[in-house]
Amino acid sequence: MVGEETSDEERAELRETLGLMDPIHVQFSRFIVNASKGEFGISYQLRRPVSELIVERLPATIELVVISALIALVTGTLLGVYTGINRKGFLSDFVLAISLLGVSLPTFVIGILFIYLFAVILGILPSFGRGEVVDLGFWTTGFLTVSGLKAIILPSVTLSLFQMTYIIRLVRAEMMEILQTDYIKFARARGIGENSIKYKHALKNGLIPVITIAGINIGTLIAFSIITETVFQWPGMGFLFIQAVQFVDIPIMSAYLVFIAFVFVMINFIVDILYYLIDPRIRVKGDVASG
Amino acid sequence: MSFLKINNLSVDYQMRKETVYAAKNVNIEVNKGEILGLVGESGSGKSTVGNAIINLIDEPGKVSSGSVILGDLNIHENSESIVKYRGNKIGLIFQDPQTSLNPILTVGEQLIETIQTHLKLSKEEAKNKSINLLREVGIKDAEIRFDNYPHQFSGGMRQRVVISLALCCEPELLIADEPTTALDVSIQSQILELIKKLTKERNLAVILITHDMGVIAETADRVAVMKSGNLVEIGETKKILTNPKENYTKSLVSSVPPTNKKISRFVIVEKENNNKKENNIKILNRWSKKEIIKQDLVEIKNLNKSFDDNFFTENSKNSVMAVNDVSFEIKEGESFGLVGESGSGKSTIAKMVVNLFKPTSGDIFFDKVCITKIKQRSELMKFRKQIQMIFQDPYSSLNGRLKVKDIIAEPITLHNPSISNIDLNNYIYDLLESVELTQKSADRYPHEFSGGQRQRISIARALATQPRLLVCDEPTSALDVSIQAQILNLLKDLQEQLNLTILFISHDLPVVRQMCDRIGVLKEGKLCEVSNTEDLFLKPGHEYTRELLRLMSKIESIYN
Repeated sequence: MVGEETSDEERAELRETLGLMDPIHVQFSRFIVNASKGEFGISYQLRRPVSELIVERLPATIELVVISALIALVTGTLLGVYTGINRKGFLSDFVLAISLLGVSLPTFVIGILFIYLFAVILGILPSFGRGEVVDLGFWTTGFLTVSGLKAIILPSVTLSLFQMTYIIRLVRAEMMEILQTDYIKFARARGIGENSIKYKHALKNGLIPVITIAGINIGTLIAFSIITETVFQWPGMGFLFIQAVQFVDIPIMSAYLVFIAFVFVMINFIVDILYYLIDPRIRVKGDVASG
Repeated sequence: MSFLKINNLSVDYQMRKETVYAAKNVNIEVNKGEILGLVGESGSGKSTVGNAIINLIDEPGKVSSGSVILGDLNIHENSESIVKYRGNKIGLIFQDPQTSLNPILTVGEQLIETIQTHLKLSKEEAKNKSINLLREVGIKDAEIRFDNYPHQFSGGMRQRVVISLALCCEPELLIADEPTTALDVSIQSQILELIKKLTKERNLAVILITHDMGVIAETADRVAVMKSGNLVEIGETKKILTNPKENYTKSLVSSVPPTNKKISRFVIVEKENNNKKENNIKILNRWSKKEIIKQDLVEIKNLNKSFDDNFFTENSKNSVMAVNDVSFEIKEGESFGLVGESGSGKSTIAKMVVNLFKPTSGDIFFDKVCITKIKQRSELMKFRKQIQMIFQDPYSSLNGRLKVKDIIAEPITLHNPSISNIDLNNYIYDLLESVELTQKSADRYPHEFSGGQRQRISIARALATQPRLLVCDEPTSALDVSIQAQILNLLKDLQEQLNLTILFISHDLPVVRQMCDRIGVLKEGKLCEVSNTEDLFLKPGHEYTRELLRLMSKIESIYN
């Protein structure tokens, strides 16, 4: 925060204003009180309020994570159902083989491979940044411009790949298990059509565990986005965090970590509520009629 | 002309090396308004035949030959068209009502979907039809229950829902695959009554697949006996049960525990071991001699056990009294039976006697010492040695990663760490011999054995510490009747020779009658009555006992 030629008095004065001279417990309680009000102090490096910086970077990360989550959930579920139903066959084997790659290759390697393939060799997609963004006042979005849409493709696919393969394998295992259950056999014995059995009876049951995983995964996506944002120079919170780490910019780091913790708690809360809505066995507890 | 004709039906499973026949050249005919019982032990192919009729065989099995003629239609003509008869002309009921309904769809949704698949009805008409059907199978407040989910029904009610689903498109053939096996006796008789009533009212042809000869005797008009995929015998129920022609049927009928009298041993037709008496002499030599004194070995006084819901859950007020003020005593050398339906607390008592659960209040005395108050581990071990348990499920009660000899050696070395290897091995061989297993079994793993053999291993393990009290928690309910007969014979022999005291827990009244000297009847955690076996069966004192006796399915009912 201070330059080479700052005098000792000025340094001492700055320490005083930043409260660095206070005992640890005083500093910590001040941090807690301020954090509960949403104030995380001023970034050492950028000299701007941290909350302002976070709010500024938030849309980029949220857009990236939402798009990745959608890709992971939709493609993952579709491919999972397909491979669960058609257990043998070329396409299933192919998807499963590829999914192994997705699980085992680290995100930054995939990101760099994508940049090399689509940006360097083919030259069809941008390799960094968000493209042009439109400022809506409270939110900046890249969804409204062509370059913005183009720019989000590579990072979101990269980020979603790991979660997607995870969901494919989960849905596949669930579908295979559920198709063996007695109630599916009983539905067959009643002459219910194959499509209804697979997509209504089996899939609905199969998605219950997916919701839990998906909830946790959205949290993980935000966490993983640090790497993806760094690889693609995506101007989101993760990128901000990495820069903060390099400059030991503690206010930004602490604000970021508190924010991530908050998001995790919120997501788990939403998942619990979703469970309640989807699984009737939880909904009507203690209401088992006698007979 | 019979309504259903199964001609030369074969089902085979193509394995890599060989073809396994699950059913071979089965010929069965069923008339309308008739219940045909299909009996056999596990692996006999009885369910396979049931499923093959509607071509619902799991991969890699397939119907390899034969035809199924329903009325004048050959429904097996091609495997695609069979789908449209499922549910429509043929209804199927499965064994376990807990698992045969989709948990996340309401009963109504499942009914409407099934009805609309086959009949051209509007949603409203289908709903009305469903509600009438639910009423017909005996569900009260059908309009309200229509919108309930399966988990909101009890086991018996759920099976009624399953029946309504099987019948909702007015099929002419009903295949019931062990429809009452997972249910308590009182519910079982209700469901069987319902099936009988519907058969008559709707003029259905019914195939009732079961392993329970008592159920067959009370319900079926004709019976077909199957063994390893082959049809052994088919004919009128009375003829088959009273005067079976084939050896297999004879042995099957004689293994069924009679309900009306106590027999000393089950007659096992197929292979009876004659030199059995000598087998146990070897382990008898090891058994420390005890004076046989007819005094109380176990005394249970005002035993209570409640399961409180977790502190954090909202229903903490609903603590369940699993065992409520139960007192009884067991004399040395006696077999004491505890009977009751599921949830009556009989297994909870067993677990408290062997000290796996701590009672909420009350005392258990073993040989005049209160074992529930012992604090010291070493003190407790003395009693653990004298009390051993045999569990219900022989598949999960043996550690699959240990060899049989290690399974049996574990309790021996625990209580006698200084035993030499040679002595240990000899002891294990003697134990195996006493439960009629060969010495070779010692080096094998549990999965290489059948259910009955595994239960023998459990017994050998229980005997290893030379216990005085053997607690048997439903020791035969996972086994076929013929195996059950063998295991019960074995337990009887062991008890006689080793002067064991047995606490025998079962839901199966005929079995208890054969095994026990005195019986306690439990209902919802309370002891209704305790009396001598014959007194209990001939002049039951308690209302609930009379009810249980009336409802149990009796193979003898065929003579009436």
